[in-house]
Amino acid sequence: MKQIAFVSGKGGTGKSTLVASLSILVRNKMLADCDVDAPNLHILLQGDVLKNEDYFGAEEAFIDSAVCVKCDRCRQICRFEAISQKIEIIPMKCEGCGACVLVCPAAAIRLEEARSGQTYVARTPRGTFSHALLDIGAEGSGKLVTAVRKNIHGFYKNEEWVLIDGSPGIGCVVIASITGADAVVAVTEPTKTGLSDLERVMQVARHFQIPGFVCINKYDLNPEITAEIEEFCKRGGYPVIGKIPFDPAVVSALQEFKTPVEAGNCEITAEIMYLWSRLLKEMEKAEGF
Amino acid sequence: MKIGLTSTGKTLDSMMDQRFGRASYFILLDTDTSEFEALPNEASMTAGGSGTFAAQVIADKGVSAVITGNVGPNAMNVLKAADIGIYRGYPATINDNIEKYKRGRLERVDQAGPSHFGMSLKRNKK
Amino acid sequence: MKIAVLSGKGGTGKTTVAASLFSCLDRCQYIDCDVEEPNGAIFLKPDLPVSCPVNVPTPRIDPAKCNGCGSCRSVCRFNAITVIKGRALLFPELCHHCGACLIVCESEAISEKDREIGIIETNSSGTFMHGRLHIGEPVSIPVIRALKRRLQEDIPVVLDCPPGASCAVVRSIEGCDYCLLVAEPTPFGLHDLNIAVQLVRKMGIPFAVVVNKASDTDRSVQKFCRQNGIEIVLEIPFSKEIAQEYSRGILPVVANPEWKKKFMELYTHVERGIQT
Repeated sequence: MKQIAFVSGKGGTGKSTLVASLSILVRNKMLADCDVDAPNLHILLQGDVLKNEDYFGAEEAFIDSAVCVKCDRCRQICRFEAISQKIEIIPMKCEGCGACVLVCPAAAIRLEEARSGQTYVARTPRGTFSHALLDIGAEGSGKLVTAVRKNIHGFYKNEEWVLIDGSPGIGCVVIASITGADAVVAVTEPTKTGLSDLERVMQVARHFQIPGFVCINKYDLNPEITAEIEEFCKRGGYPVIGKIPFDPAVVSALQEFKTPVEAGNCEITAEIMYLWSRLLKEMEKAEGF
Repeated sequence: MKIGLTSTGKTLDSMMDQRFGRASYFILLDTDTSEFEALPNEASMTAGGSGTFAAQVIADKGVSAVITGNVGPNAMNVLKAADIGIYRGYPATINDNIEKYKRGRLERVDQAGPSHFGMSLKRNKK
Repeated sequence: MKIAVLSGKGGTGKTTVAASLFSCLDRCQYIDCDVEEPNGAIFLKPDLPVSCPVNVPTPRIDPAKCNGCGSCRSVCRFNAITVIKGRALLFPELCHHCGACLIVCESEAISEKDREIGIIETNSSGTFMHGRLHIGEPVSIPVIRALKRRLQEDIPVVLDCPPGASCAVVRSIEGCDYCLLVAEPTPFGLHDLNIAVQLVRKMGIPFAVVVNKASDTDRSVQKFCRQNGIEIVLEIPFSKEIAQEYSRGILPVVANPEWKKKFMELYTHVERGIQT
């Protein structure tokens, strides 16, 4: 089983649309939506839920108001401004550090695991699919991404691939999305912001010694920046495995809950199939060393 | 002598877990008696700092050598401070790795692999 | 007046809206709170002569005083301290600088020292400001807090928020007078808008929606807003020209005076909305 993580420096580059398209074209695979802060794949992938669990992200302080003596020490010690004047915890600000517990003379505060979302594994026509939905204001973490990736292994049936829709950015959740993956495919756009974001996300992949590949989406929007991206990839040794043209039809299809593949968009479909075959070839090459 | 291996399961037939901090299990083996213990890795359930947490557990268990895939710089510093040898395991079963270790076929690692937070990269200034 | 521009996910045109609003107003401050990917500068191209570090207090352990009791390690919820062979070892990048270890250390072996986790860059007039979190740092909140401390009270302020609905967004929008939610009319965009709406409602901040890449074929966002009693204050159509200008780092308001007018109207509208 090989795991391919699709990432992007920022959101909205077409990463999920690409993964959703590949979910039709690639056989014998499982899918994991690790973009836990803004999950989208579940909108296109309906299926029967096989497993559904509450996710407890981190601990949070709870004050027992019956025991609290209102001495104000907890509020003064808290560095996150998470305790109000009325000596109440402000859950969205609490880091769960427990400093308040340590200073409370009345033992009125305790740390408790707080539910911050739910994880799901579903059987879909396109394969077993693992994802998570966070509660409002809750934050994704490496732990949640690890849980999403781990959940899928419980349903492993000799699939050949795991396609991971990774989270954008460069932080902890991205790192948890790509560790242990066999390849990282960065989806980028030829925009001023796209190139600088791509550089950073590839640094992360390199740091983890995972072979990195690049797909330039909407490449014809700006030929100069596309050339700059290709130059950057050449210097960095990241093969450009796909160049997908800008096509308003992709958005129109999406508006009907369809990937370009389902909408019968031949040009884009051919390019995505070509991207996959190049990825396989390049991975074989990389393993040949 | 006691050695620790990161494992995907509880038995010696399980595959090695390539992760250290977020490994599913630690197999702790006494090389003299061949007795072993499978320890669920509580560190895998922490939101952050799983590497240091796991290394602390391993150190507290009195292990002299660790066989795993990738150790991040934080965990490596803990293991080094505890004088625990680190060996790079193969993506094979725990038994295979133990055999290779006994025959001196595993490479000793001194260089840290990638980690979550311990990255030395700083942002490029534009 | 403080206006926060946010979106449930990245890439919806949040920065385009925030930067356009800023460039239409004579006296205004722009704060890029997206400290992981600050992109406002790419469009607004400010000179950034002023740079100051964002520091957080990080514990230092005096080995001469440490007795290896391990109480700091057991209170640290972030696994930033280990105790090996009677010596405490600190991992600064894991530290959330909560100060719990200081509280419990009985041998007074722990003190604190500032450590840089990011920077804030400002133009000479202080009207453009962004924060950058250093790579590998887990906590962005201190950088956002530092940005918000420099907020100017006497002129309008536009805050470009991080994507998503996480803690960093909460910190960015708290204390703001109004939120503009930027959404794309796709199933993904609608889903993410819904989450952003729930967040601002939970925080009790007045808000309205800007539809970016609006099209005639998908009116799902419009329908959602109508059903939920949400006002749409601007629609930016889906156009290849705007996308191409964007890719070159050019804002629609710069390329087209018509858009400048629309954004100024948007501002007046929001201003009126806050007053009533």
